[in-house]
Amino acid sequence: MRVLVALSGGVDSSMSAALLVEAGYDVTGVHLKMADTPSGLPGHGCCTLDDARDARRVADALGIPFYVWDLSEPFQERVVDDFVAEYAAGRTPNPCIRCNERVKYTALLTRARAVGFEALATGHHVRLRRDPSSGRVRLLRAADPGKDQTYVLYMAGQEQLTHTLWPAGEHHKHELRAMAEQRGLVTASKPDSNDICFVPDGDVGGFLAEQLGARPGRIVGPDGEDLGRHQGSYRFTIGQRRGLGLAGRDEPLYVTGIDGSTVHVGPRRMLATTSLEAHGAAWVAGEPPADDATLTAQVRYRGQPLPCAVDDLGRGRIRVDFTDEPPVGVAPGQAVAIYRGEECLGGATIR
Amino acid sequence: MINLDHAATTPLEPAVLEAMRPWLTESHGNPSSQHALGQAARAGVERAREQVAQALAVDPLEVIFTSGGTEADNAGVKGLAWAARAAGRGQHVVTTALEHHAVLEACEWLATHQGFALTVVPPERDGIVDPQRLLDAVTDDTVLVAAMAANNEVGTLQPIAEIGPALAERGVALHVDAVQAFGRSPVDIGAWQATSVALTAHKINGPKGVGVWVLRRGAAATPLSHGGGQERGVRSGTLAVPLIAGCGEAIARTAARAEDEIPRLRRLRDRLLTGLERAGGVRLNGCRDRRLPHNAHVAVDGVDGEALLLALDAAGVAASTGSACQSGAAEPSHVLAAMGAPLEGTGHLRLTCGLDTSEDDVDTAATAFAAAVDRLRGAGGGFA
Repeated sequence: MRVLVALSGGVDSSMSAALLVEAGYDVTGVHLKMADTPSGLPGHGCCTLDDARDARRVADALGIPFYVWDLSEPFQERVVDDFVAEYAAGRTPNPCIRCNERVKYTALLTRARAVGFEALATGHHVRLRRDPSSGRVRLLRAADPGKDQTYVLYMAGQEQLTHTLWPAGEHHKHELRAMAEQRGLVTASKPDSNDICFVPDGDVGGFLAEQLGARPGRIVGPDGEDLGRHQGSYRFTIGQRRGLGLAGRDEPLYVTGIDGSTVHVGPRRMLATTSLEAHGAAWVAGEPPADDATLTAQVRYRGQPLPCAVDDLGRGRIRVDFTDEPPVGVAPGQAVAIYRGEECLGGATIR
Repeated sequence: MINLDHAATTPLEPAVLEAMRPWLTESHGNPSSQHALGQAARAGVERAREQVAQALAVDPLEVIFTSGGTEADNAGVKGLAWAARAAGRGQHVVTTALEHHAVLEACEWLATHQGFALTVVPPERDGIVDPQRLLDAVTDDTVLVAAMAANNEVGTLQPIAEIGPALAERGVALHVDAVQAFGRSPVDIGAWQATSVALTAHKINGPKGVGVWVLRRGAAATPLSHGGGQERGVRSGTLAVPLIAGCGEAIARTAARAEDEIPRLRRLRDRLLTGLERAGGVRLNGCRDRRLPHNAHVAVDGVDGEALLLALDAAGVAASTGSACQSGAAEPSHVLAAMGAPLEGTGHLRLTCGLDTSEDDVDTAATAFAAAVDRLRGAGGGFA
């Protein structure tokens, strides 16, 4: 089977390619150029020239064909511009989900299949299991719970999953590093990339300030009282405590809401949300879940799954009621992903 | 693998390798040394220089060996511009939007870092620069015009013979990038009245890493690098004897067979083009008549160029979408952009025949092309 592997220049995708070669697949590597990032930038993205070189060296070591596809324009239009616009609208987007949906996974799979590949593989930490009786493919949390990425792939479709391979998710990160080391791959000890790849220094506020400029507004307390001013509501996200410039109060204050240019703050208890609505629902499991007592919902990339009930409101909208512990700091724009045990069933964007 | 990417590079001809072999094995002297070892090496270099001079109908003194086309272009563009400005003749440079990066980037660097004024003349829609439009860009301050004889992407021939004499009359230096033209269309340096010309060996079945910079007698050029003063003092560095021997042999052999090879390439290319056009929605980019005989550069409706390239690669056909950037990704073509070619929803592909191309090769390639185009169109085009 001909498989296209997206090689970012990191250890996870390198080992995905290595494992597929060893399993006998006909593997081709492709590096996606997402930005015109010069070499030697601080931080650790996945998009520098050096990363492209590392990816090529891995492909050479594995003896597989290698290409570079320049996706910097679609990435800018479909991910970065959206990221900036969402923050400007007072929401907290997840660019990795947008990227998987519009560039790195869905669009890449379509292109790979058009070119003649039967499957796509990436270095994502998730696992797939095919149910032999129904033929359904289940998207499961990664073997390494600390690296699980099901949250950013809830929008994948069943048909797509039948043409996808995610071998890295079957292993703990430290195992992948050891395996890469054994094989002499140059990416074995590269640091993890935790930041947003197009903000390599991690300063999201600074990045947005460059794009959006100063947009001053008020900071108001729970009773509408004026507590201060800020230079741009895009610098805040719900649940945030630091950087408000409101030190020295009896009770710590958190961002509880963003309404145009006005940032609302309040005590931690105001952050608890027993219910939320979300739109753009997509069900990787193939259909919306039957409502039973085993569902959980996760509202952040590294959040805890919490017991919930899910109601289908129609037209891709859902309501999620938290039946036990309420999540703290639910930010519009982030995703809510729905699970049953280890299986990711789908998700939607929080309103 | 069927190689239809001869504009990128060509395989080394066995006879060229044989010409290089003694200088890689038996004889290792430095041509600048005075002893017998050095003299043997010097004889090898001078033989190659004679071969080049004869093929180009120039004086051997005017032949300078470089590391390739890029160095020859940089030496010509920067060297002539610097020397002319130092002589107080002005600081305006004219080039065309079709040039290879080796010329375009050198000219732009002169403008951004060296205080030169630069005019970049666009081509017409057929990929050919209007000679009058180029001459109109020349002012009293102009010291250099840099233009290519044939374009490396779309293969169009440029009117060097029309602009050269007019520039000579006005005392403006002319640098010609003839890297793609040599062996495939006339390179008549005398008729062009060019001051400086760049060639490279690996595009004509010679080795990579060696080229020729023709600098006419009496032309002043400031050297790019300084050192031992080899090559008339304008190109310092120990001469790469094996590469130079291969370059001389490749140029001599290419010139000798051009009369037969050019019509053969044209027949192959026309046959290929007919095959490609059968896929439907395929148009030739650039003028059909005034173009390199080995070049078929096509616009393909409804497919992505990169996806098509990859599909052909998997089918065993090597083609090109243009030049590649540092990361290895295909770059959007500045040549197609300058010609106003459609870029959205259309893929562009360059196929170039060579010495080792047969009729079977072009037929197989055309069949693979049609299959890949059909498949891609059926799957949405393969756009990113």
